[in-house]
Amino acid sequence: MNEKRLRLLVGRVKDGKMSRRAFIARMLALGITAPLANEMLASGGVARAQERFPYKPTKRGGGGALKVLWWQGATLLNPHFAVGTKDQDAARIFYEPLAGWDPDGELFPVLAAEIPSRENGGLAPDGMWVIWKLKRDVAWHDGKPFTADDCVFNWEYARDPATAAVTIANYRDVTVEKLDSHTIKVSFKKPTPFWADAFVGTRGMLIPKHLFEDYKGDKSRDAPTNLKPVGTGPYKFVDFKPGDMVRGEINQNYHEPNRPHFDSIEVKGGGDAVSAARAVLQTGEFDYAWNMQVEDELLQRLEKGGKGRILITPGGAIEHIQLNSTDPWTEVDGERSSVKTKHPILSDPAVRQALGLLVDRKSVQDHIYGRTGIATANFLNNPERFRSKTMKFEFNIDKANQILDAGGWKRGADGIREKEGKKLKLVYQTSINAPRQKNQAVVKQACQRAGIDLELKSVTASVFFSSDVANPDTYTKFYCDIQMYNTTMTEPDPELFMNQFVSWEVATKDNKWQGRNITRWRNEEVDKAYRAAQGELDPVKRAALFVRVNDLVCSDHAVIPIVNRPKAGAVSNKMRLEISGWDNDLATLKDWYREA
Amino acid sequence: MAGSTLASPTASVPIAAVRARPFSPGREAWRRFRRHRLALASVVILALMVLMVVLGPLVWRVPINDIDFTARLSPPSWRHPFGTDDLGQDLLARMLYGGRISLAVGLAAMVVAICVGVLIGAIAGISRGSVDAGLMWLTDLFLSLPPLPVLLLVIYLFRDQLKDVFGPEVGVFILIVVVIGGFRWMPVARLVRAQFFSLREKEFVEAARALGASTSRQVARHILPNALGPVIVAGTIDVAAAIIAESTLSFLGLGFPPDIPTWGRLLYDAKDYLDFAPHWALFPGAAIFLAVLTINFIGDGLRDALDPRKVL
Repeated sequence: MNEKRLRLLVGRVKDGKMSRRAFIARMLALGITAPLANEMLASGGVARAQERFPYKPTKRGGGGALKVLWWQGATLLNPHFAVGTKDQDAARIFYEPLAGWDPDGELFPVLAAEIPSRENGGLAPDGMWVIWKLKRDVAWHDGKPFTADDCVFNWEYARDPATAAVTIANYRDVTVEKLDSHTIKVSFKKPTPFWADAFVGTRGMLIPKHLFEDYKGDKSRDAPTNLKPVGTGPYKFVDFKPGDMVRGEINQNYHEPNRPHFDSIEVKGGGDAVSAARAVLQTGEFDYAWNMQVEDELLQRLEKGGKGRILITPGGAIEHIQLNSTDPWTEVDGERSSVKTKHPILSDPAVRQALGLLVDRKSVQDHIYGRTGIATANFLNNPERFRSKTMKFEFNIDKANQILDAGGWKRGADGIREKEGKKLKLVYQTSINAPRQKNQAVVKQACQRAGIDLELKSVTASVFFSSDVANPDTYTKFYCDIQMYNTTMTEPDPELFMNQFVSWEVATKDNKWQGRNITRWRNEEVDKAYRAAQGELDPVKRAALFVRVNDLVCSDHAVIPIVNRPKAGAVSNKMRLEISGWDNDLATLKDWYREA
Repeated sequence: MAGSTLASPTASVPIAAVRARPFSPGREAWRRFRRHRLALASVVILALMVLMVVLGPLVWRVPINDIDFTARLSPPSWRHPFGTDDLGQDLLARMLYGGRISLAVGLAAMVVAICVGVLIGAIAGISRGSVDAGLMWLTDLFLSLPPLPVLLLVIYLFRDQLKDVFGPEVGVFILIVVVIGGFRWMPVARLVRAQFFSLREKEFVEAARALGASTSRQVARHILPNALGPVIVAGTIDVAAAIIAESTLSFLGLGFPPDIPTWGRLLYDAKDYLDFAPHWALFPGAAIFLAVLTINFIGDGLRDALDPRKVL
């Protein structure tokens, strides 16, 4: 079925000549999954049936206390300074964005009255601007009304480099103006297919102008409200101990009817993932625990206690192995892994291909990650419309041996292969985390059988993932042959996610290793496809371009994807809630409730 | 404490009786050591453990990293006498291999700590004045350093150089032994110094001095042997601490590579599975327990045997 016929069908649904269901059935028959078919309809301007999570409580409050566990505790409560998800989550209790992302990767309005679309005149046909209509009658916790002035202030606050906000990238390249008291217009410098960045999702939470006005710029860190938030969210601030505990009480004037359900909320920080899982699943002391980075085997045993369950939410995070395309052992101009060098061993395609065959993804899924890691051949896995159908993975030691033999790598006396005097020895690093060390052991054993000697190295997570310029063991410096970690996708659009493979994002000493391309792998075709996707307004064509980037990256083995890791949270059996893989865990907090 | 015992409780024994049975000091010590039943049993058990970790891998030829997902977390059986871990790796093979490292690290770190401690303590104890004060300042300085951050610093500074020279395993071994030993000598040094202060005023030392013994002879022949009792006990405790410290470092990613199964690391990996695969934690736990206990008893026995003023 070609593009033209597809568009014809979408048009028929739009005109009402064909039912949604019939369209989706036809697409399914063609091997296109339901979410993709839905997406095609949405991009064709067909409204989507509302099938949100059913919220049962019929009055506000009365649900008692909600106790949740974040085993990394929040350290501050200003969303513009929130570095990690832990800080964003805590801020999300009190602050809200204009819109959030639901589990299907669709926008849902929070402080916006509606989601902008071409039909309601909110989106420019040329992708140059977007108009947001704000909800009326929303009040900050101190009673002041929420207006367009607050939105404009957030833009001014975040884009000021002196404020040093983490969200500066979301606001730097746009212009925000107030059209009336409850309408704003966001304009872009160039056609922007992905317009839902500023004011949306994890980095789009809004702070009140009247309390932060005096603390813009270099005084930003002195604002007392950085630690005592006043927002529009379902709970009002009560108490905060950094790294330990956040407490809130019900907001009786919340802008949605019958919400929230609970009278108070307590977020406890500290401990580790396993003890958090026990507190929800085994002892039942807590209602919800975030980020279950635990072997599935353990989780299943804990679930047998009958007090709770593990809630799996699909997302785009990918646990993958990166192959260094530069030489990590030679120093050039004061940095190792310099783009001026080539890796002596990994630049040989035979070695990269063999390594790809030596990662037993199926066993890693079956025996280590279970439900919390799905074996995959793709770097870009979700939302489904961006997932390549052509990539396959295989675990085959014999084939790897043949490829290495054919590539001229001969086994030496000690069983380790060598070529032109270079031994096939590689150092393989990752952060310290039990599932990762097991994954390392599995890969090492397979490599041993193929005559590759891997030296394993593990670095404590707070060092490995830090941006400390002085430390040689950080993942961005990549002073190692191969490394493995999980990279997350924070929004359902892959533009930011896939810039990890473009040549202008290479991490170097000059950009203090802030560049996103850590493998230092460069490819002209990828650069071209990526640039084309950036300006492509047709979502179907844009998806195809990102799929092409993924295929180029994976077939050249710049990275070896292992498992796609969905979000996993531990939930008490009485709790009813929905988590989005594209937003913070607490983005849907207003809809959480407990069944009696 | 040697310092608080009377100088010569054996003085009343008739000299003729001693002459009748001339024992060499070594045989005398062995005779006295044998009287300590627990110490004797401990020697046998520790010797067995050492034999097992040294010769075991030659007999039990299962590779330590052979992954077999069909046999995950299986309890002890004939195929896997100690059971398997959650990757189906044979625990007996891993225990035997890890025991070599853990015991070697423990003993070597103890030797380092004792040597440095005795040396510094002895110099400080025998030389009064500024040398003593300076050395004790040094000891206080080391005691007040927070060990973990300093360890991190030392390891980051020297790990790669040592690895280049000695290879990854030996390099890390040397580093860990030096680092653990280098942070445990202070209590030993203080003990030795305190002993020296008391012993150097005793009659027998004064007698030796009066006879013209040089300072080094006084220290080596008269004071040090009498001061060793508490040092040996402190040293045996250090072995246990060193085994545990090694596993802490491995856990922080600063010790041996993560695929090398030391006892501490096995125990750490097993902790989350304690309720349904207890064998995984029990065997390394028991091994550490036995090693530490036997070394403590042996230290006890040695102190009794080597204390010349104790009647047995």
